[in-house]
Amino acid sequence: MSKIKSLDELKKIREQSKGGTDIRVTGENPDRVVLAVGMATCGIAAGARVTMSTLLDEIDKAGLDNVSVVATGCLGFCYAEPLVEVRTPGREPIRYANVDAARAKEIIDKHVKQGILLDNAIIGKEVPRQ
Amino acid sequence: MSKFRMHILVCGGTGCMSSSSGEIFDVFEKELSANSLSNEVQVIKTGCFGFCEQGPIVKIYPDNVFYVQVKPADVSRIISEHVIKGRTVPDILYKNPESKETVAEHREIPFYHSQLRIALRNCGLINPEEIDDYISVSGYEALGKCLTEISREDVISAVKASGLRGRGGAGVSTGFKWEMAYKSQGDKKYVICNADEGDPGAFMDRSILEGDPHSVLEAMAICGYAIGADEGVIYIRAEYPLAVERLRIAIRQAEEYGLLGDDILGSGFSFHISLSLGAGAFVCGEETALMNSVQGMRGEPRMKPPFPAQAGLWHKPSNVNNVETWANIPPIILKGADWFKSIGTEKSPGTKVFALAGQINNVGLVEVPMGIKLRDIIYKVGGGVRGGKRFKAVQTGGPSGGCIPAELLDLAIDYDSLQSVGSMMGSGGMIVMDETDCMVNIAKYYLEFTVEESCGKCTPCRIGNRRLLEILEKITSGQGTEDDLTELKDLSAAIQDSSLCALGQTAPNPVVSTMKYFWDEYIAHVRDKKCTAGKCTSMLTYKVTDKCIGCTICAKNCPVNAISGSLKSLHSIDPAKCVKCGVCFNKCPKQAIERV
Repeated sequence: MSKIKSLDELKKIREQSKGGTDIRVTGENPDRVVLAVGMATCGIAAGARVTMSTLLDEIDKAGLDNVSVVATGCLGFCYAEPLVEVRTPGREPIRYANVDAARAKEIIDKHVKQGILLDNAIIGKEVPRQ
Repeated sequence: MSKFRMHILVCGGTGCMSSSSGEIFDVFEKELSANSLSNEVQVIKTGCFGFCEQGPIVKIYPDNVFYVQVKPADVSRIISEHVIKGRTVPDILYKNPESKETVAEHREIPFYHSQLRIALRNCGLINPEEIDDYISVSGYEALGKCLTEISREDVISAVKASGLRGRGGAGVSTGFKWEMAYKSQGDKKYVICNADEGDPGAFMDRSILEGDPHSVLEAMAICGYAIGADEGVIYIRAEYPLAVERLRIAIRQAEEYGLLGDDILGSGFSFHISLSLGAGAFVCGEETALMNSVQGMRGEPRMKPPFPAQAGLWHKPSNVNNVETWANIPPIILKGADWFKSIGTEKSPGTKVFALAGQINNVGLVEVPMGIKLRDIIYKVGGGVRGGKRFKAVQTGGPSGGCIPAELLDLAIDYDSLQSVGSMMGSGGMIVMDETDCMVNIAKYYLEFTVEESCGKCTPCRIGNRRLLEILEKITSGQGTEDDLTELKDLSAAIQDSSLCALGQTAPNPVVSTMKYFWDEYIAHVRDKKCTAGKCTSMLTYKVTDKCIGCTICAKNCPVNAISGSLKSLHSIDPAKCVKCGVCFNKCPKQAIERV
């Protein structure tokens, strides 16, 4: 560890080490958007790991502090894996099919950041959760 | 994956560690590596979550799922179900005792509803042994801000304006203490952290030091800058080995980063912190006794003035604050005095950490805004009295405090309101008593503690409190008279008036407050020789009534064979042999045993 010589350097270290705790800080935010990736056998076989790591990387790059990525079980549409469900508080969840790295990037860029749905990839609106 | 997708937080506080959370942590690491998940999922040992009743606690982010009473054997299920398949494990989720429904997120748990965490903000969120975790949540930025942007005088004004009062007991304005130390002339000054937490049942200071040690170090450095001190001492009891260990790690890491030591952040300001271990004497929580102890002398208080701010450690101007007070400083600097003042009551801004103990469902550590009603702490946060029994009183402020009866449950708690009903804030211990607790006996318990802990320097405390205890022993053994009650009152007043330090001055408080609110119980003890709660055994007799069906259960369970009688016939108790343990009373299926 080298010495920190100024407040700016301290702030730089804060930004660098944020990656270590931000999923905890975001997890405490009740208004966060949750991206649930289907990580059952079918999802993983279809490449859900790539989907998940792309989502995490893109969130990191964009510096979004209100988005969590969680793994979820089989969503039932095994033919359309990898699946990503976007859960925004107060809105109906949206499910996207065949989310490869490119589509994962698009979900972050369009849906999460701008609120524009990817109409060509939605597989069905779910009934609101209880 | 470039970063961990999931964090598993295992409580590393003393409470959970003593019920195998250390083992849970190890099993997690082992099983994650066996499942090739070590690059995706991180296990972190944190400080206390406060819900000790339900420990060991495991919390999973980003899902924000809160598992309770976790056993090492549950780990493989958490990994196979939650980590791999994204499903919660329902049987180790918290179950709401009223609705019987399981709750996954901690903010849905009633225990956390009314809580607001300032002093405990990082406990259960960060890894206390990792300085980068603290920095990532704006740690040391308050110090940085002070050193580069705020003058020493303005730091003191900010602390003064926030209205922060000492969280260790008396509730003196922190800013006022800093100002006194600032104004004192001296070539050398000291900053002292009082971590000699001694009230029975209180453990907030330990939890802060175990869960967020850097916040205390940062605050001490801020104070050092403000008052002009270059040296800090943390006086901590050796009975807190985990807190001592984590403080040592924290000091080392802060020194490596140059956040403690010489020329901090290139500002020219230097500050060093060392630890001083105490042997666990209650009186050393008194600041002058504490400083004597640091100097290697007997832990005895001395007269004030001179106050520590004038002549403290090694006769140099010193400022002593309690751990919880320190933990409030960085947020006040970063968010401002107005933010702090907006929380709590006018004369007691901010929050207070309370340690709930005794006959209460949710034993643990809670941080609530000042001004909250006693009833809300006990029933909403604390989940009510254990076993559905009737609430009788709550003891606040430890051995120096008093008992508050059920009539005052709607009291809005702050420093002044507690004092007005004859108790005090103290360090924030709250011991709940139910209908089976005898208030005379409770007063005796606290007196036993203070008599044991009196340093013996002044006569009123050394001898007076012992006489008080002897009178209480006489009353609880059924030998008391009404004259004894007058004697108790007079002697209490004399001790309060003439003792040297706060230990002696406040020692009679439990007696005075129980006499004030539970006079009937004292009268019943001395006049009728009865203990209505059934705690003072020498005044009790057990008798078998004719409801007895002769089942022999009592006779079989009696530890001293004092009960005789044959099957299906009326039994009887030999009073000469009976030790009044109450086993027969509790075991009888027909309530045929009478306690009078």
